[in-house]
Amino acid sequence: MGETLIRAVDGVTLKVRAGEFVALLGSSGSGKSSVLNLIAGLDRPTSGSVVVHGSDLSQLTREELAHYRLHTVGMVFQSFNLIASMTVTENVELPMRFAEVDRGKRDGLVREALTRVGLQARMNHRPSELSGGEQQRAALARALINRPQLLLADEPTGNLDSRTGTEIMKMVCEFNQQLGMTVVMVTHERALAERYAQRLIFLADGKVVGEETTAVVAAASVQGARQ
Amino acid sequence: MKLPDLAELAMRNLRESVLRNSLTTIGISVGVASLVAMLSLGIGLQQLASRRLMKSGLFDTVVVSSRRDLRNFGHEEERNGPTPGESRILDESARQEIERMPNVLEAYPDIRFITELRYGDKPHMTMVAALPSSAKSNDAFDSMQGHFFSSDTAPEAVIQKSFAEELLGKTPKPGVDDTNVSQLAAPLLGKELTMRYARRQASQAPAAPSTADPDDEDDEDDDDDFSAAAYSVVSREQKLKIVGVADLDPESMRGPTRARVFLPLRLAESLQVMQPTDLREIARATSGQQVYSSVNVRVKNPSGVQEVESAIKKMGFNTFSILDASRSIQQFFRVLDLFLLIFGSLALAVAFVGIVNTLVMAILERRREIGIMKAIGASDGDVRKLFFAEAGAMGILGGIVGVILGWAIGQIINFVTNIYLARQSFPAEHFWSVPLWLAGFAILFSFLVSLAAGLYPAGRAARLDPVQALRYE
Repeated sequence: MGETLIRAVDGVTLKVRAGEFVALLGSSGSGKSSVLNLIAGLDRPTSGSVVVHGSDLSQLTREELAHYRLHTVGMVFQSFNLIASMTVTENVELPMRFAEVDRGKRDGLVREALTRVGLQARMNHRPSELSGGEQQRAALARALINRPQLLLADEPTGNLDSRTGTEIMKMVCEFNQQLGMTVVMVTHERALAERYAQRLIFLADGKVVGEETTAVVAAASVQGARQ
Repeated sequence: MKLPDLAELAMRNLRESVLRNSLTTIGISVGVASLVAMLSLGIGLQQLASRRLMKSGLFDTVVVSSRRDLRNFGHEEERNGPTPGESRILDESARQEIERMPNVLEAYPDIRFITELRYGDKPHMTMVAALPSSAKSNDAFDSMQGHFFSSDTAPEAVIQKSFAEELLGKTPKPGVDDTNVSQLAAPLLGKELTMRYARRQASQAPAAPSTADPDDEDDEDDDDDFSAAAYSVVSREQKLKIVGVADLDPESMRGPTRARVFLPLRLAESLQVMQPTDLREIARATSGQQVYSSVNVRVKNPSGVQEVESAIKKMGFNTFSILDASRSIQQFFRVLDLFLLIFGSLALAVAFVGIVNTLVMAILERRREIGIMKAIGASDGDVRKLFFAEAGAMGILGGIVGVILGWAIGQIINFVTNIYLARQSFPAEHFWSVPLWLAGFAILFSFLVSLAAGLYPAGRAARLDPVQALRYE
C-alpha cells in the first residue's frame, strides 16, 4: 500500500497586493485551504514558489518559516484553535512568548488586543467557557498580538451563526482598513465575500477558475462595508 | 523562547495531566531512591570500615625498630642497608627527630615487658605494655567495662578479658568466646594488682672506662661516655588499680608479643623497667639517653604512611606498617560501589522507559496543541525545548523526592539495625550515609537521565507537520 499523490493545488498563480482584502472561494476540496497553508508557510509547494515581501517561502528553512509565521502572519481558523487548557489571556500571550517579548510589556499588549476585540471582561476564562463568537474574537486577538502584516483567515465564520459571523467579519475588515493589514480569507460563502473582500478568486480542483473585483475598494470607508 | 517562559509552560503542561505525570515522577523517585540507597549503603560501609580501621590504629601506625635488634621485621632492608652493628641506635633523640617529621602525630616508645602481677596472693605472669593517652580512641576500648586511665601517670591498669579470666580462675573453652565481659569486670574493677618488676637504676659510682679492644666491633670512635650506661638492676613493686576490662584485643596485630595488661605511658616510663635493649646497648651506650627497642609512630592520615615510612628508613631504621592491606580494602570498596551503582541504576532504567512512554503519550494527546503552537509561530526548537523542559522538570522533581526517600529508607534501616545491635550488646553504628555530594549527584543524574529519555519524544514532537497536526482531532 503506497501513498496516493493528490494535487491539491495545481498551477495556481495569484498576486495579492499589500493592504488588499482577498477572498478565496470554492467548494470543499477545491484547494483553497491548501493555498492558504502555502501562504502561511505551514506547507511547502512541491514545485513553484510563494513569494511574500520578496522572500520565497519555498526556499526558507523550517526555522525561518517559523520566524515568518511568528512575525509576518496572523491566522484564524474555522475551529478557532485556541488551546483548551489555557485562559484567554494565556492564549493571546502565547505568540509573544515565542517572540521573546519582554514580560513587562505583555500584560498591556494583551489587554489592548482583547479590548480591541471586546473581550476585556473574559480575560481569565477558558475557551470552553466562551461562546463561538467570543472564541473567534480571542483567536483574532491572538492573531493580532505580534502586529503581523498578513492576516490569513480560514473559514472564520464557518462555525458561527450569521449575526456573530457578521461581527467577526466587521472586525477583520476593520483590521484591513484601519491597521492596513493584508487579508486573505478562505470561504465558501460568496455573499459574505462580496460584502467585505475587494477581490474574489475562484478555485476548483486545485486551479484558479475565475476572478472578480467587488464594489469594496481598497482603503474604502469602513462605513460602506458596515451597511 | 526564554527559560522562564519555558519553565512556566512546562509546569503548566505537567499540571494538566497531573495523575500521569505524578506516577511517572514517582517512578523516577523510586529509581533514584534505589540508587541513593545502594550507594549510601556502600559509602556508609566504607566509612564504617575506615573508621574501624583508623581506630584500630593498624593503618595509621608505623612501627620503628633498630636494625641492631636482629628480631626485627625488615629482613630485606637488613641485607641492603647498613649492617646491624653499624646502624643507628633508636634512642630518645631519634624518637624526637621522628616526631618532628611532617604528618606525624606522635612517636612514643613501645615499652613492654614480661613480669609478675599479684592479684590477692596469687602470682600471674604476663606481658605488660604502656599505652599513650591517644589510645583511648582505639575501638578495642569502645565496649570496655570501666574506664580508660584517668591520667597519663595514674597508677592504674586496664586488663584484657583473657587476663581477667585468669585472675578470676576461669578457664574459657578453647575456640569459644562466649564470656560476658561485664560479668568478668564486676568483681575486678577498683581492685588492686601488685606488679613486680626489674627497675634499671643509675649507678652511684661511675664505671671505669674500659680498655678498648681495637678488634671489638662495637668499639666506635665516639664511645666517650660510658658512665651514663652504668646502672644497677633492682626489684621493685608497683600497686595498680584495675580501672578497665577490655573486651577486644587492642594489640591483635602483635601476635605473640601482645600484652594483656596496659599501663599509662608516662607511668611506665617513670618506672624505668629493664628492657631487652638495655642489655644489648650497655656495651655501646654513648649519650646516656633512653634507648628503645621500638617506637610506635602515629601518622595523621593513612595516605601519609608511605612517605613517613620511607623518611624513617632513610634515618637507618627498620619500619613496619600494613599499608598494602589498606590499599586492597579501598580497591574492594570501589568495586563494591560500582556494583551497587549498576544495581541501583536498574530501577532508574525502568523509570527512563516510563518517561519516554509518558512523553510519547503526551505528544499523541497534545498533537493538535503542537500544531496550533507551530501555526502561531513556535519553531521546532521551541517545541523540542518544551518537551525537554517537561522531562527535565520530572527528573529534578523525581530526583529530589528520590533522595529524600532514599535517605528515609537508610534512616529506617539504620534505626532497625541499631535496635538489633543494642539487643546483642553491640554499640550503635552508622551503616548508611548520604553525603551532600551523593544527593547532588543523584539529582543531577536523574535530571540527565530524564533529558536523555526526553530526546526521542521531543524530537518527534518537533518534527510534527503542523498541517497534519491541526487536522488531528
